[in-house]
Amino acid sequence: MSTMAIARATLMKDLRMEWRSKDAINSMLFFALLVVVIFSFAFNPTAEESRQIAGGLIWVAFLFAAVVALNQTWARELRNQVLDAYRVSPAPPNALFLAKTIGNFLFVVVLECLMAPLFVIFYELRSVGPVWQLIVVALLGTWALVVNGTFFAALSIRTRSREIMLPLILFPISIPALLGMVDATTSILTGEASPDFWIKMLAVYDIVFTAICLMLFETVLNAE
Amino acid sequence: MESSMKKLPPISILFVVALLGVTSYLALAVAPTERTMGDVQRIFYYHVPSGWVAFLCFFINFVASAVYLWRRSEGSDALAAASAEVGVVFCTVLLITGPLWARPVWGIWWTWDARLTTTLVLWLIYVSYLVLRRFSAGGQTQVLAAAFAIFGFVDVPIVYMSIRWFRTQHPSPVMGGGENSGLDPAMAHVFLFNLAAFTLMGIVFLVLRYKLQMSEQALESTHAQAALKGVA
Repeated sequence: MSTMAIARATLMKDLRMEWRSKDAINSMLFFALLVVVIFSFAFNPTAEESRQIAGGLIWVAFLFAAVVALNQTWARELRNQVLDAYRVSPAPPNALFLAKTIGNFLFVVVLECLMAPLFVIFYELRSVGPVWQLIVVALLGTWALVVNGTFFAALSIRTRSREIMLPLILFPISIPALLGMVDATTSILTGEASPDFWIKMLAVYDIVFTAICLMLFETVLNAE
Repeated sequence: MESSMKKLPPISILFVVALLGVTSYLALAVAPTERTMGDVQRIFYYHVPSGWVAFLCFFINFVASAVYLWRRSEGSDALAAASAEVGVVFCTVLLITGPLWARPVWGIWWTWDARLTTTLVLWLIYVSYLVLRRFSAGGQTQVLAAAFAIFGFVDVPIVYMSIRWFRTQHPSPVMGGGENSGLDPAMAHVFLFNLAAFTLMGIVFLVLRYKLQMSEQALESTHAQAALKGVA
């Protein structure tokens, strides 16, 4: 089987399991909803103010929610020693990594699609700049969070107190990506500045870290 | 293995302590007082060398981690662990002396300027590296830590670029005093002495910590061997 075929098989398996259990999406969705409501209480912004702070709110909510899903990525493979079986099989490790990353990417994108209307309702959001740019930023930004998140989840699954470990190692590395997402979103919403630099920066970040993840994943998977 | 277990000669530690005494005297008493900033500028002789040692340590950490991933030698992992720890210590000194100097000179403790922010993020990354080392189990620590070190090192230039862009839209404070270009020769001499002393101090810390790490690893593998034989 080729790398792509194995990746597709693993991805379809994960999507089917998620479709039947809806564990990740439900917990993410409820978590993000709580964050939105709590932020709304805490800041109680007017329409003008919310345009200024929404970039930060949206991405902090999605970042926290994504961690919930990322933590579950490898946990189900530990049961019944699936991960060990994968290590002794001749399947390329990067196929597994790509499948998991794309799976998480789809979960978080679905979450974003479901949450976007809520932000519009609760914060009276209306974009001054073009909305298609927001979609580009969302896709690039989500990949940036998810590719490193999936990799670091594979690191943190080997540690004690693994649920706590993931945000501790993921957040410092994600600071430039988060800065890019937040600033690009704010520039588009307020229409005051061009998000071009941030979109390019996110693209570079995505390419660089995807390459490093693919280079190092085999090493981490086989760590003894 | 045998050679690495040898002790650092005490004379080298004494030498560094004596050197630090001399350079402190030079920095606090001999160096001329800066015209606009006054005595507070003397913190420069500690601030910049600390930063230099911290960045040197983080670079050593990256090289040692890459070598570990390639060769899987115990020594390179011990060096990576030691350099991250020593680097975090010096980076902490850098982050403490910075605001102490900025407050009287710039009038603020902190600003989200490219250099300051990058240093803070660097500190955060290597603290999380140490947390990861502490929390990972047994034989996996080395590989996980080395992989994370690669991520951390690659992240730093991206952080610097993004913050510089982020803040160029706002006026950044004037960088007072820190530039070598305008440095008085008398100050430059004292500065270079301090730089040398701090570098030697960093190396001594690094070697001591490295030897400790090697001993810990040897102890751990002895315990593991004993447990395997069933005598533990």
